[in-house]
Amino acid sequence: MTTPLTPVESKDASFGVKLYLGTSMAVLLLMMLVGGLMRAAQAGWLDIPADVFYQLMTAHGAGMVGIAGLAGAGIMWHFLGRYVQLSAAVLYINYGLFLAGVVLILGAIFWGGYAGGWTFLWPLPAKSMGLWSAHAAASFIVGLLLIGVGFLIFNLDAGLAITRQYGSVLRGLGMDQLWSGQIQANHPPAVVASSMVIIVNTLGILSGAVVLAVTLANLYFPELVINPLLAKNLIYFFGHVFINATIYMSVIAVYELLPVYAGRPWKVSRPFYAAWAAATVFVMAVYPHHLLLDSVMPAPLLVLGQIVSYLSGIPVLLVTVYGALLLVYRSGIQWKVPALWLMLAMFGWAAGVIPAIVDGTIHVNKVMHNTMWVPGHFHFYLLLGVLPMVIGFGLHITSLHKALNEPLQRAFFFLYFAGASAFSVAFLAGGWASVPRRWAQHWPEWMAYDQAGSLAALVVIVAMLGLVIALIKRLLERHHGTTA
Amino acid sequence: MQSIAVQITVVLLALLTLCFVWVLRRTATPTPLENLAPGAYKLRNRLFALALLCGALIAGFTLLPWPHDAQATQVTRHIDAKARQWAWELSDQTARVGEVIEFRVTSEDVNHGFALYDDKQQMVAQIQAMPGFVNKVRYQFTTPGVYKVLCLEYCGVAHHGMVADIQVLPAP
Repeated sequence: MTTPLTPVESKDASFGVKLYLGTSMAVLLLMMLVGGLMRAAQAGWLDIPADVFYQLMTAHGAGMVGIAGLAGAGIMWHFLGRYVQLSAAVLYINYGLFLAGVVLILGAIFWGGYAGGWTFLWPLPAKSMGLWSAHAAASFIVGLLLIGVGFLIFNLDAGLAITRQYGSVLRGLGMDQLWSGQIQANHPPAVVASSMVIIVNTLGILSGAVVLAVTLANLYFPELVINPLLAKNLIYFFGHVFINATIYMSVIAVYELLPVYAGRPWKVSRPFYAAWAAATVFVMAVYPHHLLLDSVMPAPLLVLGQIVSYLSGIPVLLVTVYGALLLVYRSGIQWKVPALWLMLAMFGWAAGVIPAIVDGTIHVNKVMHNTMWVPGHFHFYLLLGVLPMVIGFGLHITSLHKALNEPLQRAFFFLYFAGASAFSVAFLAGGWASVPRRWAQHWPEWMAYDQAGSLAALVVIVAMLGLVIALIKRLLERHHGTTA
Repeated sequence: MQSIAVQITVVLLALLTLCFVWVLRRTATPTPLENLAPGAYKLRNRLFALALLCGALIAGFTLLPWPHDAQATQVTRHIDAKARQWAWELSDQTARVGEVIEFRVTSEDVNHGFALYDDKQQMVAQIQAMPGFVNKVRYQFTTPGVYKVLCLEYCGVAHHGMVADIQVLPAP
């Protein structure tokens, strides 16, 4: 059974999506402020004690990854819900578990002094040198577990809904059509992308849960240990998959909305299915590129990490981004503000791929890993890729019944674009100069990069503040729905 | 190496930007997609083939010989580097220009990162330090001066203070 259902719209659903969106925008702004403070401290403009800096760093990392996941989940739920019957209760359960997790994480960091980084690289949570207690680390770990459980339930519900409608998640991904060559042109890209996310995120979260459970047990029973190399593999598999899934959830907004503005459909095709099948495998297989500097890793896995790192750029660049460019080329598109954001997202995602691939080469990784080059590439992804998808989606759903203030919104757009580009480039330039990432205090010769980054951060925050105020104000107004 | 990485990145980013600008300047005149699609898909197929070819070449050039075995046969001696929160313990803190040193890196407690910086603060080699494992990285010193070992894997609140010196003397 592959006929799409009539769009499912309900009051609960609409409110739930708005709740996800409004929360995400507010938290994103807050986390940007935290990030800005860290850059100002590295620039020598702000005196932040090292322990506080690393607490902020832990909060910024966990907060940004988590909230990008929540925003992406809201987008996925909104569009997937047009084609399959999703549970509104699950949407709220995920939100509730997310909030409970956030409370525990914030308590761990700002009450318990936990500063083990969002990647909780084992055995660091248990070895604080007296700076945080086992309870603080446990609170952080349990917080992450709660958030993971919420997303797991969310993905299982989506998987069940796709299975009910299309027969299996693999059929949702279009694998039957890919193999048979019988393409059903009305198969929604939103279902394809959601199916991919369900597969990778479920496996990613489960692997994260294993290492989190061991980490938790080790806090109270030190004799219970895990091989550090295995722990590292599990953590990076989980972390890489989860953050990438945020992009693949959010890109659904581009698939669904850019065609509305361009006046052309985004149809599935055999290359489209092949690209998503490849992306499903690549997102899971590429994680060893985080371990290229562990020479004790089996060499074939490191080779896989480098090669897949390169290959994984191909579906992004030649299918999704190329498809978006073709969609708007000679389309007569009206460049309304949401369309501008969605197009920027395509540019940011594609641009972020480039420094990632370069750093995924072992020879380069040996001199650029864990320098500012790394946050440079993922800020391109997140600031200029994922966030523009979320913002474009938010502006779209809130502009259906009340027009946007176009000149003001355009000003925010260009301010954000300029600031976020400069901010990301400042990181990359720092990486070029071998400036380490995750250092609370920078040497004087590095501070010029930090100062440029801090000024750019200020520009991004000003633009984001305007966007958040406008968007939340519109979300709180009663008269608009979320039909797109 | 950093300069090559940056040059490649800049060129590719510039190409990407040009593609976007070229397309975005041509969105105004509506043309049926059916008229454009065949040519566009043909171009995409060629780009796909080009990407695979470039990938194969890059993999060949960068993975053969295996990067972690680089200079293995030229090693003149080794230095043990043991990391702990928050200091480096090096079995020797001197070297001479021309020597190929193999650093055997491990950790006593948590994960750390062994990064070797030259006297111009440019990183020249890096490897992870992990409890229970010994990772190896080799480097041939080419200029005298005070090199530094920095920790590049976050390891706790004094992570940024985990720095050691290696005095590199002129060749004998």
